[in-house]
Amino acid sequence: MAAAAKAGEATLRHAFGNVLSFFILLLIGVLAFSIRLFSVIKYESVIHEFDPYFNYRVTQFLTKNGIYDFWNWFDDRTWYPLGRVIGGTVYPGLTLTAGTIWWLLNSLNIPLSVETVCVFTAPIFSAFASWATYLLTKEVKGAGAGLTAAALLAMVPSYISRSVAGSYDNEAVAIFALIITFYLYIKTLNTGSLFYATLNAIAYFYMVCSWGGYTFIINLIPMHVLLCIVTGRYSSRLYIAYAPLVVLGTLLAALVPVVGFNAVMTSEHFASFLVFIILHVVALVYYIKGILSPKMFKVAVTLVVSVGLVVCCAVIAILVALVASSPTKGWSGRSLSLLDPTYASKYIPIIASVSEHQPPTWPSYFMDINVLAFLVPAGIIACFLPLSDASSFVVLYIVTSVYFSGVMVRLMLVFAPAACIMSGIALSQAFDVFTRSIKFQLLRILGFSEADAGDGSSANVVPENDAVKVDKSEETIKERPSRKNKKKEKEQMEKAQAEKTSAKSKTEKRLLVLPMELSVIGLLLLVFMGAFYVVHCVWAAAEAYSAPSIVLTSYTHEGLHVFDDFREAYAWLRHNTEVDDKVASWWDYGYQTTAMANRTVIVDNNTWNNTHIATVGTAMSSPEKAAWEIFNSLDVKYVLVVFGGLVGYPSDDINKFLWMVRIGGGVFPHIKEPDYLRDGQYRIDSQATPTMLNCLMYKLSYYRFVETDGKGFDRVRRTEIGKKYFKLTHFEEVFTTHHWMVRIYKLKPSKNRIRGKMKKSKSRTSTPSSKRSGSRKKNPWQ
Amino acid sequence: MEALLRPRIMLSLTIILIPIFLFISGASSHQIRINNAERRIDLSTHIVKVFLTLKVENTGKTSASEILLAFPPTQVDHLAFLEALAATGKKKKKTYVSLAVKPTQLPDAPNETNYYTIVLANPLNTGETATLEILYILTHSLEPFPVEISQSESQLVYYRDSALILSPYHIKQQTTFIKIPSNKVESFTRVEPTDRAGNELKYGPYEDRPPYSYSPLLVHFENNNPFSVVEELVREVEISHWGNLQITEQYKLAHAGARHKGIFSRVDYQSKPTFSGVSSFKHLLARLPPRVHSVYYRDEIGNISTSHLRADSWKISELEIEPRYPLFGGWRATFVIGYGLPLEDFLFESSDGRRYLNFTFGCPLVETVVDKLTIKVVLPEGAKGPSAVVPFPVEQRLETKYSYLDVVGRTVVVLEKKNVVPVHNIPFQVTFSPVLPLHFLSIDFIIFVSVLLGTFCVSGMI
Repeated sequence: MAAAAKAGEATLRHAFGNVLSFFILLLIGVLAFSIRLFSVIKYESVIHEFDPYFNYRVTQFLTKNGIYDFWNWFDDRTWYPLGRVIGGTVYPGLTLTAGTIWWLLNSLNIPLSVETVCVFTAPIFSAFASWATYLLTKEVKGAGAGLTAAALLAMVPSYISRSVAGSYDNEAVAIFALIITFYLYIKTLNTGSLFYATLNAIAYFYMVCSWGGYTFIINLIPMHVLLCIVTGRYSSRLYIAYAPLVVLGTLLAALVPVVGFNAVMTSEHFASFLVFIILHVVALVYYIKGILSPKMFKVAVTLVVSVGLVVCCAVIAILVALVASSPTKGWSGRSLSLLDPTYASKYIPIIASVSEHQPPTWPSYFMDINVLAFLVPAGIIACFLPLSDASSFVVLYIVTSVYFSGVMVRLMLVFAPAACIMSGIALSQAFDVFTRSIKFQLLRILGFSEADAGDGSSANVVPENDAVKVDKSEETIKERPSRKNKKKEKEQMEKAQAEKTSAKSKTEKRLLVLPMELSVIGLLLLVFMGAFYVVHCVWAAAEAYSAPSIVLTSYTHEGLHVFDDFREAYAWLRHNTEVDDKVASWWDYGYQTTAMANRTVIVDNNTWNNTHIATVGTAMSSPEKAAWEIFNSLDVKYVLVVFGGLVGYPSDDINKFLWMVRIGGGVFPHIKEPDYLRDGQYRIDSQATPTMLNCLMYKLSYYRFVETDGKGFDRVRRTEIGKKYFKLTHFEEVFTTHHWMVRIYKLKPSKNRIRGKMKKSKSRTSTPSSKRSGSRKKNPWQ
Repeated sequence: MEALLRPRIMLSLTIILIPIFLFISGASSHQIRINNAERRIDLSTHIVKVFLTLKVENTGKTSASEILLAFPPTQVDHLAFLEALAATGKKKKKTYVSLAVKPTQLPDAPNETNYYTIVLANPLNTGETATLEILYILTHSLEPFPVEISQSESQLVYYRDSALILSPYHIKQQTTFIKIPSNKVESFTRVEPTDRAGNELKYGPYEDRPPYSYSPLLVHFENNNPFSVVEELVREVEISHWGNLQITEQYKLAHAGARHKGIFSRVDYQSKPTFSGVSSFKHLLARLPPRVHSVYYRDEIGNISTSHLRADSWKISELEIEPRYPLFGGWRATFVIGYGLPLEDFLFESSDGRRYLNFTFGCPLVETVVDKLTIKVVLPEGAKGPSAVVPFPVEQRLETKYSYLDVVGRTVVVLEKKNVVPVHNIPFQVTFSPVLPLHFLSIDFIIFVSVLLGTFCVSGMI
């Protein structure tokens, strides 16, 4: 009777806890969604930055033309004259997700625009990601840690920076896919269920669809499997968790056009296959060990090892030969720069030129994960008490992601969920200890159950349930001091595992009980730290990460001032130029030009063709005439430059110019970086080199700039410009925005160009129809 | 008809008039004579307004009930609006009666002249006179010349007309005044007596001109007023029974003046506003109804931050908007203006229980021509028997639109009109049968319940 009542009470409490967890999770989801809406409230519901504009344009195409046209889409509006096969070069996960959401809403007659759906995709998926974090952490350390981790992830600034409303980028859905894949892996590992293994492969497929970062998964999971094998934790569950993932996952990954045969061909995937082989060998060994007597087993081992070594050597030899035959050793440039942080700056300036590919600074850690940085070590320690398959996985996850985040600031995003999980575990465990201590001390003070609480064994009983009532069933004594009843039961089904844990828990039966005062102070400090974290996150979301970067604002004494020059220029291009005109600009503005101005661009942010970018870089660094010839040979009609000198917008083309020189010089050696530097210093004042003062970028940026204030004072470089009065002979200004941030020039027709050179018969022939003939000599594009 | 002719009328005149008599019945032109015609052409903006005052006299034997107005074919394509008023009473106590005007085809019209018939309220008996005040508005009638100008030049335009009023009637005395925006006139045709005083040209008075007299007239003058033309405007008026009237207006704006040529220099534009880009415009003023709320102004790439709203609760709200960039000749811009209005100001119940929407036709932008205006009135879901009453001819049709969680869709009354000018901003009505309140509540209720159920299901599963 008493047992039944107790059981009933436990079920009730259980149900109550679940409902509470559900509502907490719901609130966490709301929090994750709403903290990302600062950008909409402070600015507007608009797509942010650069890459999201491309994704938005692809989504528009998808919703307009359907999935089949999307797969076969050859985009002739970009990379002129090469074009780009969008369907085969884009990770379609994000686009398909938003397209599906849009389709679903519209079939319910909720007429939201594609733009609205795109803007809010990222916040929605951050809510999903925090729920996935809950599931993952719950598998590792129980529901309490899960809820804490989910709450932390919902507002971690690093993730907010990539998923504010409007930041419609791959990472927005990829982080969710990453966490859910890890969760399903751990779930499979804990349960040994093929159902979860299949789900895991599907989640992995979604991740492959979404982001190039899927290689992180396909390397991290094999590493963990290897770790389990090495530490003697091999089990059939491990096999079920891993083998289907590799087989199914690789097959599914190969279905994504952008990955295709890369799923089996490139070095990023080799680790998974290697571990796959090892796993089978180990499985075989365990199997044979089980059916053979120890003596026979030894014989078999020597036999297998000798044969296996030969086979292994052969396989490795083939692999090495294959890998060595490719110039980059089978690794993509970005992956290589991950393994060797100095690689990009040495060989691929185009990767190094992107600010998010730079290594982060220490303050950026504090900015992006804040107090989590201090909680992570505690979480790691907590994961070792005791070390399970799941906790060893998250330890491995955090260790690798710390390294990657240290190489590339962008990968801070992968590190953030790990940090949240670790901190969630740490916080939850710390709360556990403190509340248990307080409870225990309270009980002793009140003298309630002096007799019960007196002996040491009850110490681990008190925290068992949140109830004040002390009960002493045999079962709970055996258990570890966590509230994972459900998981515990499951584990007990698997006898070996259960025995192991119970053996372990016996060794640490005596639990830490802290003094009352210390516990209270500790609790207060933790709460204070949490509050500090929340304040920081809200500040980061509101101030640091919500600017859409296409519209800038500044506060002056007169109030808010809006700089909407980019859209002014794009709108002008859209409405007042011919639909087939080609616009040349530095690649940063390629996506925006195609999406907002709907004009063909020469290069864009999908930096797949270094030579093409180098051509534009060369044109920008060349004198006017040479630049005109390059642009004319590319059918360019308008040249767009971004100039911040009038209003002090620092990330303008003059500040990016050295990268243009470097990238251009990397392909066309007549562009030499030292020509643009005076004693190794980049300057545009009167000390600047003649090459610098005569290059196209300088001229287009500063054309008639001196007439604004009479001195030509550049507010970004904080100096007067070197060459103030000059005329353009091959370009004419057709549009400059209100704050001069975007200037658009038109190439003059060629007949003006040859005025005064009529005696040369060669230049006579360079009519527009045969424009290439005149520029054959110097044009690097030929 | 010929039997009616008096023998004393000269033979020659008979020969001239015979063809007209053959085809025009009743108030034919032999009876009508225009004693005095005064025409004032206002060219100060790109919308040409012509005020015509005719003193007509019936010199025939029978009473006449119709007066014909003649337009050359070049003008009739640009004719946006035509209104005729009959003035009665003495100078101080003049009252005006609006008269019906309808286009008329005459098979023998010389040189494809087009006619409009003014139907008089009271037939004009023999010997009686009447004063007619006629206003007509022409769009796209100022032709830029030179066709392309650079940033520093000002815009010169041609205006072509006839120095003599085209009319099927004999005009005893006529004068034409042309008002131009400034006193900068390049040239103008002289048809003596012609006089120029400041920004006004005076042609006439001309005496005793026979029917269909024509004398070409060309004025070449400076006009830097904004030639703002909305090439296409779609106004969607959505009636929500939750108490809101949501208006969405999609504009395709263009500068219809002389095309911009060559460079656009921001330095010149900003530092010398009096010399540079004088024909360009960057401000537009939209007059919105009172009590307007939730106004937005954006285009396909996001919000446009340059706008000011002076909203008022009892008089017209003014929305001052700037396109993203100043509009030079030939430049285009598109944008959307949206706003909400309280429904009780516009939706009323008629005596037979039907509801009617009373809303303003035309374009809220000031001094703007709309080449093609489409007004879509989206009725609440389930509204039946819609009908529209518009005071001038428009094309009408019905559509169906699916909005938030609709099942059967909403009926949309589409009204289309070409060549709309500000005088068209007069109310029109759309009548429909009211919706059962149960109907539009039910869908939302179903969704509410299903969301609740879903929540409980999910919480049960966890």
